[in-house]
Amino acid sequence: MSNPAIEIENLTKEYPFGFLNLKKKKSLESLSMQVETGEVFGFLGPNGAGKSTTIKLLMRLIFPTSGTARILGKSIDDVSMHADIGYLPEQPYFYDYLTAPELLDYFARFHGLSANERHERVNKMLKKVGLDTAKNIQLRKYSKGMLQRVGLSQAILHQPKVVVLDEPMSGLDPLGRREVRDIILELKKEGRTVLFSTHILSDAEMLCDRVGVIVGGKLRGVGAPENLLGIAAQGMEVLFELEGEVKRPELLERATRTGERYRVQVKEEELYGALEELKVAGARILSVAQIKPTLEEFFVDLVEADRAQASAVEVRGK
Amino acid sequence: MSNVLTVAANAFREAVRDRVLYNLVVFALLMIVAAIFVGQISIGIEQSIIVSLGLTAISVIGLFIAVFIGVGLVSKEMDKRTLYALLAKPVERWQFLLGKFLGLVLTLAVNTAAMGVGLFLALWVVKHPLARADLYVFVAVYLILLKLALIVALALLFSCFTTQFLAILFTAMLYVAGVFATTLRTIQGVNLTPSTTAMLHGISYLLPNFENFNVMAAVAHGGSVPGAMVLYATAYVAVYAAIVLATAAMVFSRRDLK
Repeated sequence: MSNPAIEIENLTKEYPFGFLNLKKKKSLESLSMQVETGEVFGFLGPNGAGKSTTIKLLMRLIFPTSGTARILGKSIDDVSMHADIGYLPEQPYFYDYLTAPELLDYFARFHGLSANERHERVNKMLKKVGLDTAKNIQLRKYSKGMLQRVGLSQAILHQPKVVVLDEPMSGLDPLGRREVRDIILELKKEGRTVLFSTHILSDAEMLCDRVGVIVGGKLRGVGAPENLLGIAAQGMEVLFELEGEVKRPELLERATRTGERYRVQVKEEELYGALEELKVAGARILSVAQIKPTLEEFFVDLVEADRAQASAVEVRGK
Repeated sequence: MSNVLTVAANAFREAVRDRVLYNLVVFALLMIVAAIFVGQISIGIEQSIIVSLGLTAISVIGLFIAVFIGVGLVSKEMDKRTLYALLAKPVERWQFLLGKFLGLVLTLAVNTAAMGVGLFLALWVVKHPLARADLYVFVAVYLILLKLALIVALALLFSCFTTQFLAILFTAMLYVAGVFATTLRTIQGVNLTPSTTAMLHGISYLLPNFENFNVMAAVAHGGSVPGAMVLYATAYVAVYAAIVLATAAMVFSRRDLK
């Protein structure tokens, strides 16, 4: 049975603009979706697609033009729901006159933690995100990556049931990204629900139980990454090296060469024949992999279809 | 209430770390220089000069802090987006506003109290023995603090719906208008119709009346300040600031943070 941690129904956000704010721009259009308890949900979309708008609506930083949303069964207008929610804003910026322990202690106070609990959790958290050596430095001297780690720490310090992260990998080096990925997986292991927005598709593919793709303020698809892309493989790819060539394989005609390695694409039913041919030729097979459309291709197709539709409307309008 | 106090304590810490209290050094230097000069050039009016100069300096320095930091209390947090993480905690927006207000009022209280002590010391240097009436200097300083608290509330209100520049402008204009509130009440002129006079009279009651806090002339000349006046001024600020802050909270409670 479905047990949603986040339920969004027809959420719409319009921003007024122009002379006397008479015109309206739709930033989000009738968004409806659910994030199940305990799942990691990736919110994908290009810049300006409506990801941050949705997250800000959930965090009551902005207010919907219409529609409703609930987190853990409570309306987003109910401030008490924030006791069980952690939030990392996009490109976070904090009081730069504080040190990381001071900032975390300050935020922890709103969750009613005792002085001992705060002290213990803050120290543990700083160690976890690798900031324990920068404890005495004011945040004004922190790099973007360090601020991102502070942001992540304040989001999970109070052990929330639902964690909402807006572009958590942004500004991080590969090591930092890996640490964030590990933290997200750890949160999942602990049974917490994670909603995070990103445009780094490999992260979404690696971490998410399900993803939602949003383009132009509209949700264009929700599902497990593999379902969203279609499970059918488009063929097989074989990577091999030729060592002391016994017989030149015919496959070589179709292969592409990179250094000493060859890469060839064959149909699934041709795979065993191709492998046999390579074996006879004395080739060393390095890998065999399915060729599937990537999330990136799916994503680019959607954005391009959207743009094509927009320009068609424009042409008809003319 | 604990959320409000947490925000207030942090706002005070911000002011201290941003070196707002460094203005005390300027004030101390001013008082030292004034005490030396007054001792040399004037006979019999040392008290009047020192008290007037000191109270004016306390008021002007306080005004600058109240207006410039007051309008930044909310708008700076919105511009820098430091507010985002905070509002995602179980904190009501009105609690944030009230906490910020109290934090700055606490800063001003520490600041004016320290300056009040400095003024009293300068007075002691130029005129000893001191009389009992000289303690009214502290009452005057308290009334300045009340005035500043009201200005912080107004600055906070304006910063909730307009830019920092306009908020500074509106607060400054309202302050100037408020200084003349009493004059508006008693205004009479040959060219004023009865309806205009009535309108000005009405406006004068809506404006914050900053004359309620002005006891400089009396204290500078060794006079006293009636207790009823202090009580009235305190109640006036409590009610006026409560109305202004409630309006600010109403505006801010539905404001989109972009």
